[in-house]
Amino acid sequence: MLDAKIPSGPLETKWTEYKGHCKLVNPANKRKLEVIVVGTGLAGASAAATLGELGYKVKAFCFQDSPRRAHSIAAQGGINAAKNYQNDGDSVFRLFYDTIKGGDYRAREANVHRLAEVSGNIIDQCVAQGVPFAREYGGLLSNRSFGGTQVQRTFYAAGQTGQQLLIGAYQALERQVALGNVTMYSRHEMLEVVKIDGKARGIIARDLVKGTLERHFGHAVLLCTGGYGNVFYLSTNAMGSNVTAAWKAHKQGAAFANPCFTQIHPTCIPVSGDHQSKLTLMSESLRNDGRIWVPKKKGETRKATDIPEEERDYYLERRYPAFGNLVPRDVASRAAKERCDEGYGVGTSKQAVYLDFADAIVRYGKIEAGKEGKQNLSMDEIIVMGKEVVKEKYGNLFDMYEKITGENPYEVPMRIYPAVHYTMGGLWVDYELQTTVPGLYALGEANFSDHGANRLGASALMQGLADGYFVIPYTLGNNLAEEIYNKAIETSHPAFEATEKEVASRIEKLMSINGKQSVESFHKRLGKIMWEKCGMARNKEGLQQAIREIQELKKEFWSDVRIPGSVDEMNPELDKANRVADFLELGELMCQDAYNRNESCGGHFREDFQTPDGEALRDDNNYMYVAAWEYKGEHEWTLHKEPLEYDVVKPTQRSYK
Amino acid sequence: MEHYNMNLTVKVWRQKNSRAQGNFESYSVKNISSEMSFLEMIDVLNEELIVEGKEPIAFDHDCREGICGQCSMYINGKPHGPWQANTTCQLHMRAFKDGDTIVVEPWRSAAFPVIKDLMVDRSAFDRIVQAGGFVSVNTGNAVDGNSIPINKDAADASFAAAMCIGCGACVAACKNSSAMLFLSAKVAHLALLPQGDPERKSRVMNMVAQMDKEGFGACTNTGACEATCPKEISISNIARLNHEYLRAGLTAEK
Repeated sequence: MLDAKIPSGPLETKWTEYKGHCKLVNPANKRKLEVIVVGTGLAGASAAATLGELGYKVKAFCFQDSPRRAHSIAAQGGINAAKNYQNDGDSVFRLFYDTIKGGDYRAREANVHRLAEVSGNIIDQCVAQGVPFAREYGGLLSNRSFGGTQVQRTFYAAGQTGQQLLIGAYQALERQVALGNVTMYSRHEMLEVVKIDGKARGIIARDLVKGTLERHFGHAVLLCTGGYGNVFYLSTNAMGSNVTAAWKAHKQGAAFANPCFTQIHPTCIPVSGDHQSKLTLMSESLRNDGRIWVPKKKGETRKATDIPEEERDYYLERRYPAFGNLVPRDVASRAAKERCDEGYGVGTSKQAVYLDFADAIVRYGKIEAGKEGKQNLSMDEIIVMGKEVVKEKYGNLFDMYEKITGENPYEVPMRIYPAVHYTMGGLWVDYELQTTVPGLYALGEANFSDHGANRLGASALMQGLADGYFVIPYTLGNNLAEEIYNKAIETSHPAFEATEKEVASRIEKLMSINGKQSVESFHKRLGKIMWEKCGMARNKEGLQQAIREIQELKKEFWSDVRIPGSVDEMNPELDKANRVADFLELGELMCQDAYNRNESCGGHFREDFQTPDGEALRDDNNYMYVAAWEYKGEHEWTLHKEPLEYDVVKPTQRSYK
Repeated sequence: MEHYNMNLTVKVWRQKNSRAQGNFESYSVKNISSEMSFLEMIDVLNEELIVEGKEPIAFDHDCREGICGQCSMYINGKPHGPWQANTTCQLHMRAFKDGDTIVVEPWRSAAFPVIKDLMVDRSAFDRIVQAGGFVSVNTGNAVDGNSIPINKDAADASFAAAMCIGCGACVAACKNSSAMLFLSAKVAHLALLPQGDPERKSRVMNMVAQMDKEGFGACTNTGACEATCPKEISISNIARLNHEYLRAGLTAEK
């Protein structure tokens, strides 16, 4: 079932060889070929714009009110590229190597190498579009370092890199709309894939304003619909982010790969109560200067500033003296959970740890005083100078923290806790980004291909744009070259009719339940099961239990959910119900995948597979494969394994002590 | 920070669809924590409405971290509510006290018709961008990123304009429903960069023409837009827009 179609030859020439020999479609034929793009984040907007430029007839869909709202917009830190502008020894190979290693040796070498190869083109393209990246006084592009790499290869636009890149792609997309090459369908949600003779030939979408179902034909369908972190209910994802498009594809035959690989980001603003609807990230860069600690005494009630130095436990510095507060995301997250589970957590919920800038403020204050040659300053005066420096470095993050919590992080330590942030798993795709359903493709976070078991910071933006601007234009053409003989299929075709009927009856069924509990309440309960049993730490018994609980919850959902309003109007509750119904099925598969993977790697930590000192224990002999799940029926999947072969990189154990 | 709970009266604009006549409805919400966000307070109210068998309040929202620009409502007569430089989703309930009455309405502008309750149609903004808010460069055309040095001050000013989140609060705050701050931010973003130079004249002419076509009002320099903007986009961008428009008009060749 799984043919990754990786080109032969040495790693560094595979992509060049592929491009040199793939089939092309001439301009006159491109005009006759229709392509559907679902989702308008970095992957979707860049793909739709680029395919429109090439001359294909493109239809793009997003559930938001405008393509510019997709959640790529919220990415803060930056985008990696192997430009070596800093002359610090970066290269395509190093970016490739760091990504493979960061992914804990669970990603495909050929895909990751291609990603590193096109990374530089992305920066060039974005600059040409007018993306205002940060610059040095000489007028050239600025770089910063990011999560665990030894070179400076991250390009950024203050703390809003995702926003600026997405606006660049959005503007390119709107230009194609104006030229008539792309038709944009906002406030539309894809609810099913239409297959004819085994090939994806279109979608059924719901116009979320009118409530009507629509049929759309495409010679190919591209899913650029992001990740599924919202299965946990609380995550850093947007409220609307969902798995529905990918899940429908999965149930139509597209294998779902490594669903249990979830990234939990260590520095997020903690949950403040049951009302919590989403979590907000505080950039990883804060760990450069902040020190993480909890009180040494269980159930401590004093204010943070009243707890003396000797009664604080700087647990990361204690456990990982070599890396201290800068251990990778997965390690930092698990350590915070461990302290809170033991009863040392802080804040109202006791599910938080401190991130303290007091030392950094004094340190910077002294440096400033030294620069100005001022001696005999009082501590208060030094602190004033230090706060200015910290403000310049992290001001916007500190402001955001204060807005949300009402606390001033210049005076009291931040309270932080890990939160679900990104999903490395997704639809299985081959080298051409095609799923196991011919004609159906997955791009960006929606696919599984490049990040293995753990994604490095500033690599998500890179992958989304690589797929959309530089990979799919070639690989799609290679397949569409075969389609030039096939005319567009009328949407009156029986397959469209039957699929639309199925969607309508599913919606009808949801509406007719007329139970007592809201969609949101089910989603919260699912999230709680997932977070407790398939979150930062997993074990055999917990996962088995979670599977049972999710199956029961699904039954309860389908017999007691209440959706007010009607079908033929704007009905946000119905939209949510459609999404939560799919999360309920995905959650079960995630637990199954986590249960099957008897090892710990990257974001997947099994408590029953750890070293004596509590670190992840990988099992390369038995689990060096991509777990691709084929849907067989309710609660039933078949596992297909794609072995991962490392020709260039030699896998080793990660250690941060 | 001391946390407290409060009971509130919320008066919300309810409107079934774009054709229906809307009206205010009053709801009382109890035990709202000062730690909640404003939208979480509405979540609580909606949960109660659903359990009671009523229709929840429809409102636009997505990222809930102040960057997607989707949330859009007047709160006590101010777009995005009482805090400065803030979006609705980042407004928190400690801005209110026990016993308060809060009035919530959708954006009011002929160019932003109401879809349902607090949701409006802002597709006019997309069409303004379609008219010229881009650099015409196809994928693959680009030269090396560092071959175009850009003065840091210009790059920073361009970024400050490009931070616009397209929420429409500027239009909602303006007594004329003018979209000048939104439009000027886009024109300034691209006019300040060498990449935007070749299309500088046609861009500003076409985008202004589209803005007028969409039914937005004219600018009378009241400054409500700047005062309301969650991203603090400067009104000086409007001066730059006028400069660009005049320059394009005076030197037009066709």
